[in-house]
Amino acid sequence: MNIYGSGFFTGLATTMRTMTRRSVTRQYPEVKPDLPPRSRGVIGLLEENCTACMLCARECPDWCIYIDSHKETLPATTEQGRARTRNVLDRFAIDFSLCMYCGICIEVCPFDALWWSPEFEYAHYDINDLTHERDVLREWMWTVPAPPAHDARAEPPKELLAGRPATHPGGDAEQ
Amino acid sequence: MIHSDVVEVAAKLALVVAAFLILPLLIGQMEHKAMAHMQARLGPMYAGAFHGWAQLIADGVKFVQKEFVVPTSADRTIFSLAPAIAMLPYLLALIVIPVGATLVAVDLDLGLFFALAVMSVSVLGSIMAGWSSANKYSLLGGMRTAAQLMAYELPLVLAAASPAMAAGTLRLTGIVEAWTPWWLVWQAPAAVVFFTAGLAELARPPFDMPVADSEILMGPFTEYTGLRFAFFLLAEYAGVVLLCALTTVLFLGGWRGPAFSHALGPVWTLLKVFVLAFVVIWLRVSNPRLRADQLQRLAWQWLVPIALAQLALTGFVRVVTG
Repeated sequence: MNIYGSGFFTGLATTMRTMTRRSVTRQYPEVKPDLPPRSRGVIGLLEENCTACMLCARECPDWCIYIDSHKETLPATTEQGRARTRNVLDRFAIDFSLCMYCGICIEVCPFDALWWSPEFEYAHYDINDLTHERDVLREWMWTVPAPPAHDARAEPPKELLAGRPATHPGGDAEQ
Repeated sequence: MIHSDVVEVAAKLALVVAAFLILPLLIGQMEHKAMAHMQARLGPMYAGAFHGWAQLIADGVKFVQKEFVVPTSADRTIFSLAPAIAMLPYLLALIVIPVGATLVAVDLDLGLFFALAVMSVSVLGSIMAGWSSANKYSLLGGMRTAAQLMAYELPLVLAAASPAMAAGTLRLTGIVEAWTPWWLVWQAPAAVVFFTAGLAELARPPFDMPVADSEILMGPFTEYTGLRFAFFLLAEYAGVVLLCALTTVLFLGGWRGPAFSHALGPVWTLLKVFVLAFVVIWLRVSNPRLRADQLQRLAWQWLVPIALAQLALTGFVRVVTG
């Protein structure tokens, strides 16, 4: 049934029906948006976990991660032991004016030192302020949510399958 | 005696000017909100704190603050004059519109003729603006305005002639007095033709090809800024007021309502005007812009024949019923 001109009335009915329903607008500054789980807002650094291995800085497609570190020698702890060296982080910064939020640094980090946080309200008037130094990045860790629960019938996480104890991301940071 | 006459005329004119300034703003605000909700949006919400009621006042303040820029090669005089030409005719035409049984600024014998004649002058403002801007988009817009005016002036006048013939007078108050509810039925085609052609005269969407912003920026108004641009906008909404008022007076019985026609006359008139203004907005939101050929076809193949048939019907009924 397609009578000539019926589209005109369908259009009128559609707009009238929409008008009688609630608008979908969210008034953003007053009402915060419902972000989906795993939203990519900003990257937090759990610097206790960082070994300054530089994997993230090298994998970053934009090269927006800056890492400075030096080596420290720890004296031997036992009689016949030998001194060990370890990396000490001097600077860790992410330039969010370059970052394209691909998340490769987070994927590649072997020690779970980088985390996604859904916070997105960090616009600045000066582009230099978008380079977040380690203290700022550390603060974002408080906003990292616990990972969403696994789907009810999904297979168990691979940490369990590999026989390793499950890590508790986020939990470590708060203790 | 003369003194009280002067006071009365001054009061009436002041009322007309007030209506000219306030009603377009109310309709503009209604358009903001109704259109927003028809598109599942909220529309203005901040200006004036309560649902953005002061949005158009804020817009007005913004327009006043802006600089008036004239393009170097523009015809300065014509360019500056065009907004006034576009706006003032609607103010003049509003004078003859009866709001209540006795509430009409000037009750001309040729009221309908005056209103239609003055109303079509306004389109000249757009054509002048288009020609004098020295801008190809403005010129295209002006030419489109002219083409649209040619096509739609005829059905507008033909459709308006029908109620005048049925009432036997061109006096707008006379037409309202001769009106009976039966007109809603047998004058309906004329009402539809009149309203549609009027929308096209005003270049309201879906007949907004002259100002089609996605094709020719803003048509004749492309080069305008500040207060003069605001005048064009005011002219558009004043035109909506006038079209709705004329439709009300000619086809919907003006101040006459189901009850208290005398005491509540202005209320009935304003109610009908606002319902029609809502229809204007509704049509705007629901329909895409008509193409040039669609515009011409609608005018010449539909509106003109319908208006002529209506005239024949009205004439026949007049002769038969005496």
